[in-house]
Amino acid sequence: MSKLYHFHGGVHPPANKTQSTQTPIAQAAMPPRLVIPLHQHAGGTATRPAVKVGDRVLKGQVIGLPEGRISSAVHASTSGTVTAIDLQPVAHPSGLPALCVTLIPDGKDEWIEHHGTDYRELPHADLRHLLRMAGIVGLGGAVFPSDLKLHSGQQRIKTLVLNGAECEPYITCDDMLMRERAAEIVRGAEIMCALLQAEVVLVGIEDNKPQAIATMQQAVATGQHENIRVVAVPTIYPGGGAKQLIRVLTGIEVPYGVRASEMGVQCFNVGTAYSVCRAIAHGEPLLSRIVTITGNVQRPQNFEVLLGTPIAELAAQAGTKPDTTGYIMGGPMMGVPVPSAQAGVIKATNCLIASSPALFPPAPPALPCIRCTRCAEVCPADLQPQELYWFAKARELGKAQEYHLFDCIECGACSYVCPSHIPLVQYYRFAKSEIWAHEQEKNAADLARERHEFRQERLERDKRERAEKLAQKERAAAAAKAAAAAAPPAPAGDSAPPAAPAQPAADPAQALIQAAIERAKAQAALSKPKNTENLTPQQRAEIAEIEARRAKIREIARPDNGQNEGP
Amino acid sequence: MMTALFVMAGIAIVLGAALGFSAIRFRVEGNPLVSKIDAVLPQTQCGQCGYPGCKPYATAIASGEADINKCPPGGEEGIHKLAELLGVEFKPFGEGTQPKAKAVAFIDENVCIGCTLCLQACPVDAIVGAAKQMHTIIAPECTGCELCIAPCPVDCIDMIPLEENIDNWKWRYPVYALTPAQ
Amino acid sequence: MLSSPFITKPSSVSAIMLRVLLALLPAVALYVWYYGPAILVSMTLASLTALGTEAIMLKLRDRPLKPFLSDNTALLTAWLLALSIPPLAPWWLIVVGTAFAISVAKHLYGGMGNNPFNPAMVGYAVLIVSFPVQMTHWLSPLGLGAGLGFGEQLQYIFAGTLPPGITFDAVTMATPLDTLKTQLHLDHAVTQIMQMPIYGYLAGKGSEMVALGFLVGGIYLLFARIITWHIPLAFIGGLLLTAEVFHLVDPAHYVSPLFHVVSGASMIGAFFILTDPVTSPTTPRGKLIFAASAGFITYIIRVFGGYPDGIAFATLLMNIGVPIIDAYTQPKVFGRKKGQP
Repeated sequence: MSKLYHFHGGVHPPANKTQSTQTPIAQAAMPPRLVIPLHQHAGGTATRPAVKVGDRVLKGQVIGLPEGRISSAVHASTSGTVTAIDLQPVAHPSGLPALCVTLIPDGKDEWIEHHGTDYRELPHADLRHLLRMAGIVGLGGAVFPSDLKLHSGQQRIKTLVLNGAECEPYITCDDMLMRERAAEIVRGAEIMCALLQAEVVLVGIEDNKPQAIATMQQAVATGQHENIRVVAVPTIYPGGGAKQLIRVLTGIEVPYGVRASEMGVQCFNVGTAYSVCRAIAHGEPLLSRIVTITGNVQRPQNFEVLLGTPIAELAAQAGTKPDTTGYIMGGPMMGVPVPSAQAGVIKATNCLIASSPALFPPAPPALPCIRCTRCAEVCPADLQPQELYWFAKARELGKAQEYHLFDCIECGACSYVCPSHIPLVQYYRFAKSEIWAHEQEKNAADLARERHEFRQERLERDKRERAEKLAQKERAAAAAKAAAAAAPPAPAGDSAPPAAPAQPAADPAQALIQAAIERAKAQAALSKPKNTENLTPQQRAEIAEIEARRAKIREIARPDNGQNEGP
Repeated sequence: MMTALFVMAGIAIVLGAALGFSAIRFRVEGNPLVSKIDAVLPQTQCGQCGYPGCKPYATAIASGEADINKCPPGGEEGIHKLAELLGVEFKPFGEGTQPKAKAVAFIDENVCIGCTLCLQACPVDAIVGAAKQMHTIIAPECTGCELCIAPCPVDCIDMIPLEENIDNWKWRYPVYALTPAQ
Repeated sequence: MLSSPFITKPSSVSAIMLRVLLALLPAVALYVWYYGPAILVSMTLASLTALGTEAIMLKLRDRPLKPFLSDNTALLTAWLLALSIPPLAPWWLIVVGTAFAISVAKHLYGGMGNNPFNPAMVGYAVLIVSFPVQMTHWLSPLGLGAGLGFGEQLQYIFAGTLPPGITFDAVTMATPLDTLKTQLHLDHAVTQIMQMPIYGYLAGKGSEMVALGFLVGGIYLLFARIITWHIPLAFIGGLLLTAEVFHLVDPAHYVSPLFHVVSGASMIGAFFILTDPVTSPTTPRGKLIFAASAGFITYIIRVFGGYPDGIAFATLLMNIGVPIIDAYTQPKVFGRKKGQP
């Protein structure tokens, strides 16, 4: 048994996990419609649509191609027809829509050609490319592309941490996955270990999951992996946070802004290890994941769900109770309220909690902070939440940053214990996104300043050069004049001032512009539909439709679409 | 009496020497105030302040010629920052200089005649094009100054307000439901 | 829109403050035993004044009444002030003190959570500066002086009259701390002074027992995790250490450290007054610095100052320093080296 370390703070909210672990993982029914967002990884840019409306796609076919460094492919979860590529509601705290592919399954569930490979026979770069094209991202909720993390850069990775802690209340998807598919998780860990060239793999599982610990230990023993150790860690929230688990298992504290790999350790969720195994050993991209459906439903349980399955469809299979008011994606401590039950399950959806006023009563009104420091006592990042709150509330963003606002992992422990019921995390999120926006504005201003100054300089230079040329010409003219004066007098016409040609040239230019304006006007008139007086209503409708489509294309082609890359 | 005078004179000499020395030793080149003010300004280079760009406006503020409330793109927050930097009172925007929603220019390419007039007007070179060639705006570099709109002979440039989308969305300030509704 | 977390621990300011009030009860019971029920009268008066003033101030500041009147913070201020001043005093003394504490020291600074100074101690300071005569006559403890019945105490508090044949001096006396100071001025040695009937086992008869009551309540607060050990320990430590140094140098003129710890308001100060979260530092190291300094200042005021006790002024003085103490004692953040910004 290796030594375990301790992290500061933490809370013990009621676990509420047993409800959903009574039955094995069930296969969710095929929904009539799949809504698959094209941006399902953290950061970076959205994937580029690789299909057109009307295309028939096969199960596992790429529908979103990765673009840029931080990106990961998106696939058709089953075979069927693409009926729309447009903005649809997605599970995002903003409630704003995002670009999604709508897929109508044909029921055949016909696979694209795929085959597994032996990871030992491929170079690491190829394996990473395979993972990127298989859409493998962190399934613990962070959804960062895994191929980028499976890279031992400058620093040698000593320890690979597999996160099976699952500290948030209600969520049991990792627990059930470990109970039922331990062998594949271990095989995934083996592949990851090889990619990272790590010495040791530590699987951290909270000690409230004895069955999962047992099956994982069994799988490790069966596979005769001497470098993989399953470690029971104490049950405390947020013990499953990557930084906290790394601390508990290895004693290493990874500060904000530093990659874990730089400190010789890398952390993955057990679900990610499972899908790495499926992707490499079986050639199956990430098409489905285990989702816990719990809360205000009749039969809380875990489902294997095709990505894109509308949340309402899935919840219905667990028996939604009538007083359900909405859904939370993730756990009650860090989850996101889903703006629409029509949004599809995504790679980040580890749990869906049907909420009702009885289950999650609205918090009592917030009272002023009394500086009791209960928040500081539970903060796993050793912050002083009461100070951060004070600064965020007063919009003193610089001060908030000075007090390490960005070290906050938004675990919610501070809000959980606050006797004044202050929505602390909300203040921190507000302050963080304000700071990011300011930073972007500042960058934009700096860019504008640079470009403006460059332009000023260029104009100056042009002016200078023109003046020099003029002076040169004048000098030449003067020399010629002097020569002429010395020579016999020339005809009067030749002595016209040399600067003059510039002036009359303006007039033809004006005339040209005028002509162009006329042409443009004519063209504008042309582009308007003509002869529209004597048309049938059907034809009119067609024209209107075409116009609408044009407008939409313009909308998509608008230059500001997709330019914001996030911080 | 005499000792007191000597002591005072001695102190004066020593302090004077120290001040003189530090004035030479810690001399700051240029005018740091102008660049500090310039750093606060939004760099739209729009000229709405009546000066030909942000730097000239910053210079004018630094010399006390201009008020701090002449920059609509900076918003009220900009005035607050300037007030704090200069140690003066906040001054609200006057009539007719209210800030607008942030927008970028967009050229209707069907109508553009390629006259290059907007290219010359753009203070940050954010328009690409050549004579008789269609022009287009590099949206991320457009500051929304609107200087290209007036010169366009065919009115083909529109300002498109930047809408909130999933990438630029911000968390809201928490609503505090304690004080009774006003 | 709602955002996470969606669950909260069932706790509230009002429940926390209620437990602090409960923790005061052992001391109150001992108080009643040794000094008679007058303290109950002044606590009631203080409570009513506090709630009334709170309501008026909330109305004036356009704040909702219910959440703030039920948060028990005003009651706590009232009780702490009542327990700090002589119980047998004209009724208006406690009323004026409490009203000032709530209206000026609490609400004019922004109400709950925003006051930089401990309201009860501001009330105490105002009273001792304005009414030094009333503030320095304490009831004699059980077995000393002429005892007064409840009716007689009430009569004095509200009408200002005593039963015929009993003078005010017969039922009151200076506090043990005051007596010590006076006697030392008369060039008596400490050992000699301690033989006086006013002194019990460690310090003043009666008052040492009440101090024990505060200690019991304080230990309950520690176990209920309402306060942390930092402030009580550092305060008592600071006081003990300072007293020990002086005692070692000249035991004839400086009384033993334990005397100071159970005298005056030391115990209520250590566990109930200095630990007020609003007016004390938030960082562990800050709490230690704050409370140890308060212990030192308390000793200095007691021994060398003109006032009978130093807790109130020590608290107020250290309250001023809280923001700066907090700023300089920020703990190490996860993953960062110590002292790294």
